[in-house]
Amino acid sequence: MRRIISVLLENEPGALSRVVGLFSQRNYNIETLTVAPTEDETLSRLTVTTTGSDKVIEQITKQLNKLIEVVKLVDLTEGSHIERELMLVKLKATGSQRAEIKRTVDIFRGQIVDVTSSVYTVQLAGDSEKLDGFIQAVGTSGVLEVVRTGVSGIARGEKVLSL
Amino acid sequence: MELLSGADMLIRSLQDEGIEYVYGYPGGAALHIYDALFRQDKVKHILVRHEQAAVHMADGYARATGKPGTVLVTSGPGATNTITGIATAFMDSIPMVVLCGQVASTLIGEDAFQETDMIGVSRPVVKHNLSVRHPEEIPEVIRKAYYIAATGRPGPVVVDIPKDMTTPNERYEYSYPKKVKLRSYNPAIRGHAGQIKKAVDMMLAARRPIIYAGGGVILGKASEQLTELVRTLGYPITNTLMGIGCYPASDKQHLGWLGMHGTYEANMAMHHSDLILCVGARFDDRVTNATEKFCPGARIIHIDIDPASISKTVDADVPIVGPVDAVLKEMQALVKESKEKPDADAIAAWWKQIDEWRAFHGMRYETSDDVIKPQEVIEMLCRLTNGEAFVTSDVGQHQMFAAQYYKFDKPNRWINSGGLGTMGFGLPAAMGVKLTHPDDEVLCITGEGSIQMNIQELSTCKQYNLPVKIINLNNQALGMVKQWQDMNYESRHSQSYMESLPDFTKLAEAYGHKGVVIDKKADLETKLKEVLAMKDELVFVDIYVDRFEHVYPMQVARGSMKDMWLSKTERV
Ligand SMILES: Cc1ncc(C[n+]2csc(CCOP(=O)(O)OP(=O)(O)O)c2C)c(N)n1
Ligand SMILES: [Mg+2]
Repeated sequence: MRRIISVLLENEPGALSRVVGLFSQRNYNIETLTVAPTEDETLSRLTVTTTGSDKVIEQITKQLNKLIEVVKLVDLTEGSHIERELMLVKLKATGSQRAEIKRTVDIFRGQIVDVTSSVYTVQLAGDSEKLDGFIQAVGTSGVLEVVRTGVSGIARGEKVLSL
Repeated sequence: MELLSGADMLIRSLQDEGIEYVYGYPGGAALHIYDALFRQDKVKHILVRHEQAAVHMADGYARATGKPGTVLVTSGPGATNTITGIATAFMDSIPMVVLCGQVASTLIGEDAFQETDMIGVSRPVVKHNLSVRHPEEIPEVIRKAYYIAATGRPGPVVVDIPKDMTTPNERYEYSYPKKVKLRSYNPAIRGHAGQIKKAVDMMLAARRPIIYAGGGVILGKASEQLTELVRTLGYPITNTLMGIGCYPASDKQHLGWLGMHGTYEANMAMHHSDLILCVGARFDDRVTNATEKFCPGARIIHIDIDPASISKTVDADVPIVGPVDAVLKEMQALVKESKEKPDADAIAAWWKQIDEWRAFHGMRYETSDDVIKPQEVIEMLCRLTNGEAFVTSDVGQHQMFAAQYYKFDKPNRWINSGGLGTMGFGLPAAMGVKLTHPDDEVLCITGEGSIQMNIQELSTCKQYNLPVKIINLNNQALGMVKQWQDMNYESRHSQSYMESLPDFTKLAEAYGHKGVVIDKKADLETKLKEVLAMKDELVFVDIYVDRFEHVYPMQVARGSMKDMWLSKTERV
């Protein structure tokens, strides 16, 4: 099953490499990984999406917790949560395609953020499925370049991941 | 407050940490530190002949004393030479701090002379590693390193020290922190009371219970609590290779050790049990054999300080995260006050069954009139030293024979590389033990293959007068490899012969020690007695043993715990 694990990490050099190293060392899978400082400058927040059986996921969270620099973590997929990913896509856009793309972008609530005579650059946020859906809708033949940030997530409701 | 250079702060921190010995080897990036070492005499430095040996020495010291060992090396090759030793300590959860010089911080990343990213290289085989970013941090970094190494599930910690952190004429205020706070590291200090209660209820209701104890009992200094609980319950106990000595081997409740080369009765009792109380062991593949066939009728209680060890390979029914000594103590109190008592008839029937397995004498070997059997060498050594020696071993058949035939009644006396299986471990580990136990007998049981992996340390032994006894079970082969080739590759002995062996006695003599050859069975006892009588000499005893012997019992690959070979022809 796909899981989203969210980690508060000491904001120190080398901490990230320990997390990444753990995944390759123990043969765990990383699908996406995002990391950035938080409002507390001593902490980074890292989100990793991974897949594995319940047993593997249990080991992943335990092994992550064992890392000295991991302060706290939560498996967001255990409860209801919000998941977002940002995507920038360059699309071939000439002639009648331009209106068609514009319509699709509107349906997906994206924005065209840069325009040339033959290219649209589209920005889109949402869960990973929505981003996949957009690519499918515009058709891969018109896609010139895609960049995605990887998943960030947060629990719904009152639950917070903090110290 | 006192003003000290980074190098002086480092050494002062070691003093304040109570460190007696540092094992190491100097080089460019560590020279400021070595100079600071020279200008004091509290912390003693042992100069090895290869950095790997420094780590094994620190490791042997740690295993025998229960205190963290300390290593000091230079950057680059000095640091990379420690990796096998660090990995060895990591696999067996041995507390240790490895201080590595590094090129100046201004040069890092420029491929400077003797620059290696030691933080990166060591990362997968350490509990943690730290680098010094400012000289003022040194006392705190050192305190942290020892704290992390020695608490929770212990392990090696590497500290990387760029040369400009130790510059002699830059001085800073020194004070050694009494305590360290790490918000992200809080090892459990007691087990969950509800889980412990649940476990005790299950233990008292069991009909075919067994206790399976591991190295965690020794690391957690919980042998006493374990022994008390097991005696109160009257249940059978087995332990892992790493747990040898955690419960007296001579006690009738002890079934010997379990697993690949464990006893028949221990493996049979595990397989047929209805309840396993695992204490500080980790269901390693050398114990469980095929996990899907592991102990089909058993419910499992697992006590471990490391939550990640629980349900990693075999699922636990009752996990208990906590220090083994505290948990066992609570269990003992609950057992004593409980109105429930073990079912006497069921337990008696279980013991009757176990005694039948025992009577089968799974651990046996054929003696011969002229060829010396490796097993009998060990049995004789055990007798001649009253089972009280510290015994280190290398890796191979000799290691298994030593573990099987030397009977340990006390913890911290059997010292081997169980997790990584590092040939070359035995001699330096024995040196680490002997240094702090000069009046105890220290035996290094080795093979002619393994001993050659760190034989240069004979020189260190001379320098520091470390009269260990090296017992070389010389079968003129990489015996364990050869055994697997006999069993799985129709005896095609690919690269498992040791040809052109040196004359080990002459080699020992060249280093200034004594050498003794034993090649006749009739001489074995008298010569061993003579060797043991030479209290102040390192003696290299080269014993020519049966070249064709195999280690049995041996679990059948991919079978269950009860599937074993008992000899070359007998399979159960
Ligand atoms: C550093 C290292 N290299 C290789 C091995 C694989 N290995 C395990 S046992 C063994 C043979 C050891 O030979 P020896 O020391 O003579 O012991 P014996 O089995 O003959 O008693 C080998 C090569 C190992 N454990 N460690
Ligand atoms: Mg050999």
